[in-house]
This record gives sequence, structure tokens and C-alpha cells, in this order.
Amino acid sequence: MAATSYCSRAVAPLAGLLLLSFGSLATSQIEEQAEQFFRSGHTNNWAVLVCTSRFWFNYRHVANTLSVYRSVKRLGIPDSHIVLMLADDMACNPRNPKPATVFSHKNMELNVYGDDVEVDYRSYEVTVENFLRVLTGRIPPSTPRSKRLLSDDRSNILIYMTGHGGNGFLKFQDSEEITNIELADAFEQMWQKRRYNELLFIIDTCQGASMYERFYSPNIMALASSQVGEDSLSHQPDPAIGVHLMDRYTFYVLEFLEEINPASQTNMNDLFQVCPKSLCVSTPGHRTDLFQRDPKNVLITDFFGSVRKVEITTETISLQTDLGILESSGHTWKLLVP
Amino acid sequence: MGLLSDPVRRRALVRLVLRLNAPLCVLSYAAGIAWFLALAFPPLTQRTYMSENAMGSTMVEEQFAGGDRARAWARDFGAHRRKLGALPAAWLERTMRSVGLEVYTQSFSRKLPFPDETHERYMVSGTNVYGILRAPRAASTESLVLTVPCGPDSTNSQAVGLLLALAAHFRGQIYWAKDIIFLVTEHDLLGTEAWLEAYHDVNVTGMQSSPLQGRAGAIQAAVALELSSDVVTSLDVAVEGLNGQLPNLDLLNLFQTFCQKGGLLCTLQGKLQPQDWTSDGPLQGLQTLLLMVLQQASGRPHGPHGLFLRYRVEALTLRGINSFRQYKYDLVAVGKALEGMFRKLNHLLERLHQSFFFYLLPALSRFVSIGLYMPAAGFLLLVLGLKISSAPQSTCDQPPSGPSPLGLGQGWRTYDTRVRGDMQTHFFG
Repeated sequence: MAATSYCSRAVAPLAGLLLLSFGSLATSQIEEQAEQFFRSGHTNNWAVLVCTSRFWFNYRHVANTLSVYRSVKRLGIPDSHIVLMLADDMACNPRNPKPATVFSHKNMELNVYGDDVEVDYRSYEVTVENFLRVLTGRIPPSTPRSKRLLSDDRSNILIYMTGHGGNGFLKFQDSEEITNIELADAFEQMWQKRRYNELLFIIDTCQGASMYERFYSPNIMALASSQVGEDSLSHQPDPAIGVHLMDRYTFYVLEFLEEINPASQTNMNDLFQVCPKSLCVSTPGHRTDLFQRDPKNVLITDFFGSVRKVEITTETISLQTDLGILESSGHTWKLLVP
Repeated sequence: MGLLSDPVRRRALVRLVLRLNAPLCVLSYAAGIAWFLALAFPPLTQRTYMSENAMGSTMVEEQFAGGDRARAWARDFGAHRRKLGALPAAWLERTMRSVGLEVYTQSFSRKLPFPDETHERYMVSGTNVYGILRAPRAASTESLVLTVPCGPDSTNSQAVGLLLALAAHFRGQIYWAKDIIFLVTEHDLLGTEAWLEAYHDVNVTGMQSSPLQGRAGAIQAAVALELSSDVVTSLDVAVEGLNGQLPNLDLLNLFQTFCQKGGLLCTLQGKLQPQDWTSDGPLQGLQTLLLMVLQQASGRPHGPHGLFLRYRVEALTLRGINSFRQYKYDLVAVGKALEGMFRKLNHLLERLHQSFFFYLLPALSRFVSIGLYMPAAGFLLLVLGLKISSAPQSTCDQPPSGPSPLGLGQGWRTYDTRVRGDMQTHFFG
């Protein structure tokens, strides 16, 4: 009798301890999840997609840009947050045997033009000046809203550029060029004006790696389709249309992006592996030294999608200000803790 | 001091040149001839390549399959022509309209400047018939021409049949960005010249031609077709034009790549392409090159294309030859090559200007550019230069005896030595 009462008295605190431990485990899990809200530090996503070359034989550059546009829209970034600049109209070019379509694959399965494409800068409006104005925000007051990059310091921006390039420059419209120094300075202006939280820069041109060599602003990650001295090659020759439909690097990036959905946890390291030299013939390069976070912690959807994080909890959580994240992003802000 | 500005060394150089004048002339002449003959051999010849980025490779899908229609139309055309004795313009107009083109005719006449054995002055008159295929979605700013010359001795009816079949096929496509003009001319080159003059609104040969009712914009390129029968064993291409003018090399490259793609046997100057360049390749190349030089030197346009070149319209003439060879190609193969060429020309944004305008062809896939064949001419002209340089010395060296050649009398004699000195300094200074 005394032994059982002794046991029950011993079990109760044990049970209590166990429950407490479980409870604390559970709350710490929820807190961990809550902390994941602020892991990336951004609250909205923007995309600036630029195709800089015109003429029918540069069909593939328009197809490249439209493929990225399609992926970005599919993953959640709305048209109001995408600035799409296409230097020429391939879908309605008189030479297009399939009018109102732009294909990215020679099986004609994917019409990347679609029926809800919104081109913000078209034809001759795609100039170096307009591009830099969009990035830096120095836009005349009469510019319509769809042509503005209205990003703030909590925006993650994806900038994709394609066209003909060389060592240190990218050709716009066969008549002017933007140099890597101008681009780096534009990004620095964006940083100083607090126009981005993090920036992902992807470029698919010949000698693309030269374009990101000069960046010096923080929180920029860059990918390029080829190193200096290498040419980026085209892919998908199509005899029915008579031109090459895509460039190799963007073709494989598109294939990679087609596997991503808004909930996927694929990180940037996987994107760096896309299109090895055996498939791409050129060597894709990337640059992450300016980026604060580790690329393996950066989700693809941090830049390519607009994922709203929603977690439903049944208990209250006290949020800790994670000074590590705040300090690394270089912002000072006050968290109002209830 | 430089060689020519130092008077002592200049005089030494002059003396050397004058002393070795004859050997230098012979050497220079031999070098010129040797350089010219060496043009056919590999280091000086280069492989042809497409320079125009817009035309790219032969990456098009040819879908022409109108061989039977072409032959049927060719038979009809031949029959009508024999009945009429001249170009059956009404029949052509009807057929082109049924295919869906905008048809216009043009009549022309010309009094030939040389007398005929039967008449005092020979008057030639005829009609050209042409149909325009308008680009479905583009403004009619540019055009391409496919022309078939019909003469009294060469009826060329198979080519007319192929032209009509191609027109019918092209009419069903939506990817044309330039208008295509299908032109059938009478009296061969006379008709072509009349049409071109009226199209460009000039009158250089004194032809009386009615003005053209329909136009289609600036002509970017033209192809002339001559077929002797409905099966061909090879396609011969002619490039030399009026006064030896040549079309842009890219047009020839385009034709050559489509020959390769379609497996057609294509010849230049009637000579087959050498398969290997080690055995008798270079000699054959030399022969082709010399033939081309002779044809250019004659100044005659070797086909209707020669007349287009004067208006800076790149043009070629393709001749189908039926000889005793085992493998024959039918009209569909020729039609496919033409379709491919026109589809690629459709991609052009500007006139052909990226490739060479002056070249020599030892073979269809090899060319010699002007930069490489000019030194041969330069060496030959150097002979004249050397001879000129030696001439005043020879007259001035002789002692003044008798009246001077210019008959200027005594004063000239004393002037002579001063002039001689001046001439020396001025000639080489």
C-alpha cells in the first residue's frame, strides 16, 4: 500500500516533467517556425525581365525572356510587380509562321507568349536609359504605374537580362550598350535608395560573367550563362519556324523552374548546378560573395515566386528580434512586441 | 632619315632600280602571272561561308510538292506558245490570276541598232507578264523576284511550269515579309531589261516600254531560272553580269548550302565540284577561275541576272542541265531548293552587303577575294611603273646632239641638265 502510493507520488512529477518537456518542445518548434517568417527578410517580390535584341533572328532572346516571365508569374508574382521589357515583337512578326505565339521548344508544346502577357516596355522603348531609370526610380512623373519598379527595402528583386553581349557590355537594340560598371553603379544607387532587400541577377549572353564582375553593393547574387571568353550557345533549331527557339542556359533553367511550385524548398545551390558544361557547352558562373545569407538557405521561391507565408497557430508566441538577421540586412527597425 | 627622304640613299636606290630595270620588269611580270595562277591553290582560296547573320543556316523545312502541277502547266504553256508563236500572255495572265497573284502585263518594243539580213532595221516587240504575291502581314516595302526568261529559241516552258507551281505554293504560306514578283519575260534579256527599266523608272537603253501598273517595293534579290527539261541532272549557276559585275557572294553561298542540303549536283561554269583538292582539284579550280575571268572580261551578262545587278539587285541565274548521267532530279527537288532560298531571303532585313562584291571562284565552295587577287594585277602594273621610271633617264642620258625631240631649239639643251636633276628629285621625292 505504501509502495503504490509512493509510486503514484513518484510518477506524477515524472509525468509532469515529461509533459512540460513535451510542451516546451512544442512551443520551441512553433517559435522556430515563427522565426522562419523572418528568415529571408523580404515581404514582397519584384521581377525586371529584359530582352535587349531585336530582329527576327533573335527570336530566341524573346523566347528566353518570356519563359522566365511565365515561370515567375506561375509562381505567384503578379503582373503589377513585373516589369517586362521586350525589344521586338516576335509573335506578330510577319515572318512568324505561327502568329501570336512564341515557342520555347521545338515540339511546340509550350507557347510562352500565352494570352495574358503584359509587356511594359516594348520595341524602341527598351533603351539603356529607360532600363536604368526603371532600376533607380528616376522616372518622369507621367510614367504609368505599370512601367515603374515600385520596390522598397523589403523587396526581393529578380533581374533577368538576355541578348547579345561581350566582355563587359550588353548590347541594346543593335545601337547602344550598357557596361558592367554602369550596371554596378545602378545597383549601388538602388541600395542607397533602399530599393531592394536582396537582388538576384541572371544574365544569359555571351561572356555573361563579365557583367557581374563589378558589383559592389551588398545582398546581390549573380548568375551568368558563360564565362569571359566563352559564347553562350543557342538551342532548339526549328525548321518550321526557321530560327533557333531558345538559348541553352535559359532552356535548362526553364526545365528546372518547371519543377518548382510555390511550396518547394529547393534552394539556390540547385540553381547553380543547372546546365553543366556537358549540356551547355559554355561554363555557367555565379557570384555569391556579396550575399549575406548562405545560398543553401535561400529558396528559389524567394526570388522567382511571391510566396505568402501563412502559419496558423493555436497559441500565442512571443517573437524574439533576431538581431543576427537584422544586422546582416543592414537595416535598423523596431519590432513592436506585443 | 627614311630611305626616300635621304638624298644620298635615294640616289643609290634610283641607280639600282635603273640598272636592274629590265630584270626587275621581267621578275615583276613573272611574279604577277605566278600569283594569278596560284590563286586556285589552297592557301589563297578560302572556303565560302555565310556572312549575313539574318540568313543563318539552311534551317527551314521545305514543303513544296507541286511537281505534277508544274509539269501540267509546263505542257499547257508549251502548247499555247507553239500555237501562238509568241508568249501566250493571256493564258499566263489567266493562270497567274487563278493561282491568286495580282497580275500585270507590260509591252515593250525596241529597234535593234544593227541591221538584219532580211530587214534594214530589226524591230523587236513583246510582252512581259508578272504576278505579285503580296506579303500577308507586312507593308509592301521590299520584294524578291523569281524570273523566267522566254525567248524564241528557248521556250523554257518547264521553268514557267515550276514558277507557277511555286507561286501556288507560296500563296498558301503566311510567313512572307516581302512581296514576291513572278516575272515571265519575252525575248530573254530584252524583256528583262524593259521590265527593269520601267520598274526603276529610268531609260538607259532607249527601250520603248509601257509603264508598269503594279509595283512591289525595292527589290532585295532575284533568281532567274532556265530549265531545258523536266528532269535535270545538275544545276549550273551563272554569276557574271553586265560589265563583269558580280552579285554579293552571300547569294551564291545561299544557293550552295541549299544544293548541299538537298543533295543536288550543282556546277559552276559547267564544271563539277572537285571532291578532293589534292589530285586534280587545283587544276580544275584554275580552269574554272580562268573561265570566270574570261566571262567577266567579255562584259556580256550571262543570264537575266546580269541586268538586275546594274540596279544593285543581287541576282543569280540557275540553269537546269539534262545530260547523260544516271541520277536525275525532278522539278520537286529544284522547287524545294528555290523554296528554301526564298524563305531564307525572306529573313533579310537589309540588302545583302555583308559579304564580298568582288571575288573569283575556283569552285562553288571556294572563293578568292579582291584583296588576294589584286596583288597579281599590282605586279603587272609595276612593270609599267618601272618602264616609265626608266624612260626620261634614257633620253636624258644621251648627249645633246641634233634638235631635241620636242623641237624647242638651243635653249632646251642647256635647260636639259637642270631638268634632268629636277626630274630625278621630283620623281622619287
